Amino acid sequence: MKFIKQVLLLLLLFTALVPTVARDMSKKDDVDVKEILWGHIKDSYEWHITDLGSEENFYPIVIHLPIIVKSSTGWHVFSSEEFSEEHDANGDRPGPYNLFIKSGEDKANPNLIVEKIGNKEVRPVDISLTKAACTVFIDGILLLLVILIPARWCRKHKADDPAPKGFTGLMHMFIMNIHDDVIKPCLGEDTPKYAPWLLTCFFFIFFANLMGLVPFPPGGGNLTGNITCTFFLGMCTFLITNFTGTKEYWKEIFWPDVPVWMKFPIPLMPIIELFGIFTKPLALIIRLFANMFAGHAIALCFCAIIFIMFSIADNAIVNWSAGTSMSIVGVLLSIFMMLLELLVSYIQALVFTMLSAVFIAQAHVKEHEA
Amino acid sequence: MDLLIPNSGLLFWMTLVFLIVAFIVIKFGFPTIINMVNERKEYIDESLRKAHAANEKLSNIQKEGESVMQQAREQQALLLKEATATRDAIVGKAQEKAHEESARIIAEAKSEIAVEKQNAFNDIRGQVAELSVKVAEKILRDQLSNDEKQMELIGKLLDNVSSPVSNDK
Repeated sequence: MKFIKQVLLLLLLFTALVPTVARDMSKKDDVDVKEILWGHIKDSYEWHITDLGSEENFYPIVIHLPIIVKSSTGWHVFSSEEFSEEHDANGDRPGPYNLFIKSGEDKANPNLIVEKIGNKEVRPVDISLTKAACTVFIDGILLLLVILIPARWCRKHKADDPAPKGFTGLMHMFIMNIHDDVIKPCLGEDTPKYAPWLLTCFFFIFFANLMGLVPFPPGGGNLTGNITCTFFLGMCTFLITNFTGTKEYWKEIFWPDVPVWMKFPIPLMPIIELFGIFTKPLALIIRLFANMFAGHAIALCFCAIIFIMFSIADNAIVNWSAGTSMSIVGVLLSIFMMLLELLVSYIQALVFTMLSAVFIAQAHVKEHEA
Repeated sequence: MDLLIPNSGLLFWMTLVFLIVAFIVIKFGFPTIINMVNERKEYIDESLRKAHAANEKLSNIQKEGESVMQQAREQQALLLKEATATRDAIVGKAQEKAHEESARIIAEAKSEIAVEKQNAFNDIRGQVAELSVKVAEKILRDQLSNDEKQMELIGKLLDNVSSPVSNDK
């Protein structure tokens, strides 16, 4: 235990030294935290991993992702490498076929591909494999592996075989834990019908969250911190809830058990209930998005604060001492944030699944006893 | 604000990939695992139940065995007791019989001895008589070896004979 402590301490000191190697210390330099933050959190057409080298021979490591757009001249598929690295006067990045990526400061389409037709800027049909879209594929494949490997064990074994070990055993326990302790208490006898869908949601969100914590590919894509992803998941719950709702569910919305003056002539309760239909999935969407987004933002801020402190003054000694002390604090805080994010990954997946189960269960109310 | 507006391109990929993955996983993944785990659970519960029943049976058998052993021991003790009694009885009887027999044999021997003794007496008496006759004969023959002695004896005998006759008259 003592040995581990010493190693950790050494590592911390080492992290304090690394930035000093990389930078000229005696210069006041503004670190563009906003750019770092948005660059990591938001979707983009390239997968930027890191930058190597100093300002003279600057060498970014970027995975260029395919662009798929249908502009006024038809379908175009090309690499995002064809967009120039240099920003023009408006901050846009021009590319082929009159297409260009708008600057992040743009009001209408920040960081998105637009097509210039005459003087107008039109957004083309854009199904490019962006960073988030790639992450969807990666997470989808991961989910398939993680579920189908334990499922294959089940197909190959009989009930009286010895219990599975290792990963298969873990996944069996994990799945049954969610199934028996989260979904079943909510859904009761409807469990077999909706459990697979809810479990899919849970494990997709959970693994997407975890993959978001890994700082390099195949992880690092901030999928669940992207409103599109959570919007889709929330919409699915919304559709299932309302399309499988029983007659009693709709009756409770439009003619609830309240004094008559509350629903006639002014349909007070029905309006509130109707709003409830939409606020429920909205709560799911925003909660998951905001949690993951905030988690990533805070984790990045703790990292960025190190670099801010290293260029806080014009004096090398001040920079060095401030940066070094902040490195240690920043790394400790980052470790804390990572652990917290691990917890949040699980909790948010759990909350999403549990609330979805509750909403579906509410849509399957049986007739009240008089 | 663009943070809160879903991107249609990403939504397309998300829908496509997620629905395909969800279909595969819902069709081949989760139900298989859930059914398997539930089956295994039932199997294990069943096995536990069986084990409990077997244990109960075993303890019953043990109890039964113990009672049988107890019974056997009691019976053994009883049998031993009976055997001892029988043995004592047999030995007693045998001794009694032996006593009787020995008494009988002794009595028989005694009577035989008595008879033999009588016989021996008689025998001895006869032999003694014979011997005495022979001795007498020898003596007589010695005494009567010459005539004068013969005469003297005859005379004596005659005296003896005559006197008692005179005495009788």
